[in-house]
Amino acid sequence: MSREKRISRLRTQDLRLTMKYTAPTKEGYFGKFGGKFVPEILIPALEGLEEAYEESLNNPVFLKEYHDLLKEYVGRPTKLTFANRLTDHYGRGKIYLKREDLCHTGAHKINNAIGQLLLARNMGKTRIIAETGAGQHGVATATACAKFGFECVIYMGAEDMERQKLNVDRMRLLGAEVRSVTSGSQTLKDATNEAIRDWVTNVENTFYIIGSVVGPHPYPVMTRNFHRVIGEETKEQLKQTEGRLPDYLIACVGGGSNAIGFFYPFIEDEDVKMIGIEAAGLGADTDQTAATLTIGTPGVLHGSLSYLLHDSEGQVQLAHSISAGLDYPGIGPEHSHLFDTKRVHYFGVTDQQAMDAVQRVSATEGIIPAIETAHAFAYLEKLMPLTQRDEIVVVNCSGRGDKDMKTISEWFG
Amino acid sequence: MVITQHKSRVSTVFERRKDDSKIMSLFITAGYPDLDATVDLILGFEKNGADIIELGMPFSDPLADGPTIQYASNVAISNGITMKKIFDMVREVRKSSEIPIILMGYINPVMRYGIDAFCKDAAESGADGLILPDLPPEESSYIAEAAKSNNLDLIYLVAPNSTDARMIKVDELSSGFVYCVSVTGVTGARKGEEVAKSVEKFIGRVNQHVIKNPRLVGFGIKSHEDATIIAKDVDGFIVGSALIDNISKNYPNNDWKENVLSFVNELKYGSKKN
Repeated sequence: MSREKRISRLRTQDLRLTMKYTAPTKEGYFGKFGGKFVPEILIPALEGLEEAYEESLNNPVFLKEYHDLLKEYVGRPTKLTFANRLTDHYGRGKIYLKREDLCHTGAHKINNAIGQLLLARNMGKTRIIAETGAGQHGVATATACAKFGFECVIYMGAEDMERQKLNVDRMRLLGAEVRSVTSGSQTLKDATNEAIRDWVTNVENTFYIIGSVVGPHPYPVMTRNFHRVIGEETKEQLKQTEGRLPDYLIACVGGGSNAIGFFYPFIEDEDVKMIGIEAAGLGADTDQTAATLTIGTPGVLHGSLSYLLHDSEGQVQLAHSISAGLDYPGIGPEHSHLFDTKRVHYFGVTDQQAMDAVQRVSATEGIIPAIETAHAFAYLEKLMPLTQRDEIVVVNCSGRGDKDMKTISEWFG
Repeated sequence: MVITQHKSRVSTVFERRKDDSKIMSLFITAGYPDLDATVDLILGFEKNGADIIELGMPFSDPLADGPTIQYASNVAISNGITMKKIFDMVREVRKSSEIPIILMGYINPVMRYGIDAFCKDAAESGADGLILPDLPPEESSYIAEAAKSNNLDLIYLVAPNSTDARMIKVDELSSGFVYCVSVTGVTGARKGEEVAKSVEKFIGRVNQHVIKNPRLVGFGIKSHEDATIIAKDVDGFIVGSALIDNISKNYPNNDWKENVLSFVNELKYGSKKN
């Protein structure tokens, strides 16, 4: 069987049929996390979505269209690049990069935007809304909407619009309306609130494309499955080049979509150690942080029960990270489950450590990573000295850093 | 002192309703416009025709609410509102009033307080029920038992896009009354006239399927005239955003409370000039 055929067979199967790891339940629970904490008005919309999604999983026409778009439009499979100079820098292990930065639009987000847009079209919706933090999900959604001729409204925090001006301009050029959100923290959390309010109001004709593995069921599982192609390709590519599984996988985690897509196909490969990196901001021991799993406790935000940064009264706290994409006080429910069950280990990386990594990776590999992605790279400083010479470490290079040039230039003055 | 309640305050209100009058339930955010105002406002609302109070427990991320209630919630949080202070307010009202008080808010602050402790303390303070808009029947197992064992009514919502089967299920699970959301949207988003046009078919379905509980209709009611039309075929109506807007408009002028109370009086009885 050709390699491509094998990959495509793997993709078209519902992996839950062959795995012992079966989360989520049909109610949308990953262990004790997840669920559907939404106003009554959204229940019919979620039920309709669940039905359309379940149907699409077993629909060869849908799957073919989705995978053709990933191949011909997004540019998949993305490369697995051996990072020889970064490896030399540490003098140990073997570092590979899964090049999601090479996806059309510059990050993994498009895998999911395309998948959800096809569902929206099949459900007869005519209007698309989305929230965005770093702007990558907004750009991916605006791109998919342009390609399919859909009306598109993107909600973005006013502060993020400032930090990610280039992406705002891109979205507008792609024909999307970008609505500035000035409530609360003026970042991703409040952009999500506004998108949900829009959805509640326009639920009849509007499809909400959520950009991460957060939100009410079925969004976390659906978004995971639209991204699991990242891990599936990685597995196949490493088998070709190294003939074996990796020892470590590292990915950054805000809501956690790139990480879940990368980890999920390895979840039952017990020898593969998986590490999720949260944004610690100025430090997880300060109040300027986004390290949800490190210091949060379970709570409900944006429709699901998961770890959350909130005070003793249950008021959600403002997260802080230099990276707009990780600046979020919640996290996807599946990550909370993988954290509690210790299948994935999570650590924090500060703004400073991430920015140092931006510089290091740019100079050694000729790849300017997104600041979000740089959080994953920063952890190599801790991990690599502990690895054996022949251990394979794969970093999910989730996005490219062009969008961050303003922040990067200001940081390094 | 232990008062044994054989009948809940909520059901008593509905039993006493006369055919030619409607139950008026008013929503106010606890701690808005300031911490001291809430108890006075509730007692004043009662004197001016309110039959039920929905006391809002502020949350930082009220995603079912429009700008008005978001704003009031933020002000109340800045004023230092806490769950304990909300219970104290209920206790204070209970010293002189038997008006039913329904605590309304989002599930996160309730979970953070601890669901069992919350239900116990809410009941002990004198609250009568709960409305948690982001806790649909699907997730009701978190709180149903604790609410029931503390004699708190648990009120669920139905919306125009709820199926008939869904309405029947909500009626089964609810006690006290069923909250009928007149339009799809967040609180305060639509105008009364706009609501009146679309609401008739919905209320027809509600009356067919919600038969165990009384029905109150809310979202978009801004005047006595709106209420007269929209609540024509149900037991009563709920006003929230329009009341908060009226408070925002008048506060902190010297006569702000008088003006707010006269607005409340007009909501219930209509303008006396006519």
